[in-house]
Amino acid sequence: MAEGTDLQPAPSPATARLGRLQRLPLRRLIQIVLAILIIGFVVLGTYKTLNLPPDERYDPSTWKAFVISGVAQGGIYALIALGYTLVYGVLRMINFAHGEVFMMGCFASFFFADAYASSGLLNRHPFYALAIIFAIAMLTSCLIAMLLERVAYRPLRNSPRLVPLITAIGASLFLQNTAFGLFGPQTQAYPVPDVLGGDRTWTILGITMQRIQVVVIVTAVVAVIGLTLFISRTRTGRSIRAVAEDREIASLMGIDVDRTIMITFALGGLLAGVAGVQFGLTFGQVSPYIGFTPGIAAFTASVLGGIGSIGGAALGGLLLGLLQAVGPPLLFTGFNIPAPFQLQDVITFSVLVLVLIFRPGGILGSGEAEKV
Amino acid sequence: MTAEDQAHRDGEQPVLELRHVSTHYGLVSVLRDVNVRILRGEMVCLLGGNASGKTTTLKTILGYVKPSDGDVLLDGEIVTGLPTMQLVARGVSMVPENRRLFSNMTVAENLELGGYLRKDKDKLAADREQVLQTFPRVRERLKQKAGTLSGGEQQMVAMGRALMADPKVLLMDEPSMGLAPVLVEQVFEIIRQIRALGKTIFVVEQNANMALSIADRGYVLQTGEIVLSGDAQELLNDPLMRQAYLGEL
Repeated sequence: MAEGTDLQPAPSPATARLGRLQRLPLRRLIQIVLAILIIGFVVLGTYKTLNLPPDERYDPSTWKAFVISGVAQGGIYALIALGYTLVYGVLRMINFAHGEVFMMGCFASFFFADAYASSGLLNRHPFYALAIIFAIAMLTSCLIAMLLERVAYRPLRNSPRLVPLITAIGASLFLQNTAFGLFGPQTQAYPVPDVLGGDRTWTILGITMQRIQVVVIVTAVVAVIGLTLFISRTRTGRSIRAVAEDREIASLMGIDVDRTIMITFALGGLLAGVAGVQFGLTFGQVSPYIGFTPGIAAFTASVLGGIGSIGGAALGGLLLGLLQAVGPPLLFTGFNIPAPFQLQDVITFSVLVLVLIFRPGGILGSGEAEKV
Repeated sequence: MTAEDQAHRDGEQPVLELRHVSTHYGLVSVLRDVNVRILRGEMVCLLGGNASGKTTTLKTILGYVKPSDGDVLLDGEIVTGLPTMQLVARGVSMVPENRRLFSNMTVAENLELGGYLRKDKDKLAADREQVLQTFPRVRERLKQKAGTLSGGEQQMVAMGRALMADPKVLLMDEPSMGLAPVLVEQVFEIIRQIRALGKTIFVVEQNANMALSIADRGYVLQTGEIVLSGDAQELLNDPLMRQAYLGEL
């Protein structure tokens, strides 16, 4: 025992032999045992799944489809995760209402999509209709994110860190219930233009993908690259990085810190809006509750990649999407579980807990734990 | 304000002036009736031990703290308590204590942030060139992350960053703080170089001997009050100064 040795009785010969083991901190020991258990479970699950009788096995093309849908799902997570990571970067705060910002964008675009679908415009001019739908979602999410910053977070900027965190949860409930009240609790069908329908595919580099998956992956990649360029090359991007690193010195350079923080929220909102439409088109549905699970998943993705890092959010989103899509069939079908795909959120939260235990800084992070 | 100080280049409008400034933190009085005049092209130092109010003086100038009484004037205009951003826009720059570079950014980006508010592209490029000529070491390091530089190089970048704003007055907060003696020499050499560019400089320092050896004039702050002021050389030899301040070191 490292601490409180004075209070321990004299070691008996048996425990003395265990001396070396005892010198390992208990926390470390638990971590090692946990790691062995998880690796064992993953190996066993994978082995059992891959050795199922041929008629129960997934064929290679199904695995390929799992991977592609994982990448597409990862693209959506990445875009939401960027919002968490941007805000965390400048304020060291988790904006727990960000999932709702995403949901609101999806809802706003739904009304336009629905109107275009019933007027036939959606199928006659899918490109223009989609452009407007994306623009509406981005604008709505952007405005809500900015409003959140101004109303809910700015007045509390110098309070202890727990305070804005609680406000964020409050804002999340506020937005969710607003949507619930205004738009109704039921799940509604998000119209998808025929050109992007589930059975339409494109073949790119020999890989056949659903068109909507291609759209999601391409927009996500473009958004991540665009954001990276914006942050690294532009004057505003430079001011965001300056505020993230040292707010006081940033103001000493003449940077308007309030405005810069507002812009950061706006950027996160724009990306959440894009993700909102992608979600609607991919799953063909919208409800006031869609913000919660993807929000937590994206938060997990940003922690997994290393919160505060743009590349980390993108990487974390991709990895989590893949884990969610490939994990359940690979790990659980071998155990003959009735509904392995329902366990995808179990994987999400396991990943969150495991990252926080083993590498709190995330993959691209510093490896240091940072208290939220 | 001593008679001598008032007589100094009498009638000329100071670039930066503190007029009867008093500052409180809550009920605690930190500065009491502080008067400071800095004329164009001058290098003035503000000396004092720990907790004498040196840093608060800078914070009051930069609008981080509002004085409870008195005014800060820039080129004769009252700028008391304006937001920091506006003071920077009007030509006040500061080299903060411990340099405080943006260590994850490149040296070039740090310099560019120094000129963040400037619209005069041509003059900005010329000023940047001047900074790089004054500090050739900085030019060699332009693409490097600022955090990877040595202490002396970082000090050059911090000075260069402040100069990029083409300030009317350059404030320096304890440039020698926490540096090894060799580096202190180096830092004052850097300040001497900046002085040679004709900049107006206001340095806050604990190291009185060093600061007075390169300054034109000095003020001595003791528990929030100016107890001595005057010509740098005279201050160095002033027995009162030795008693009041240098003796403590």
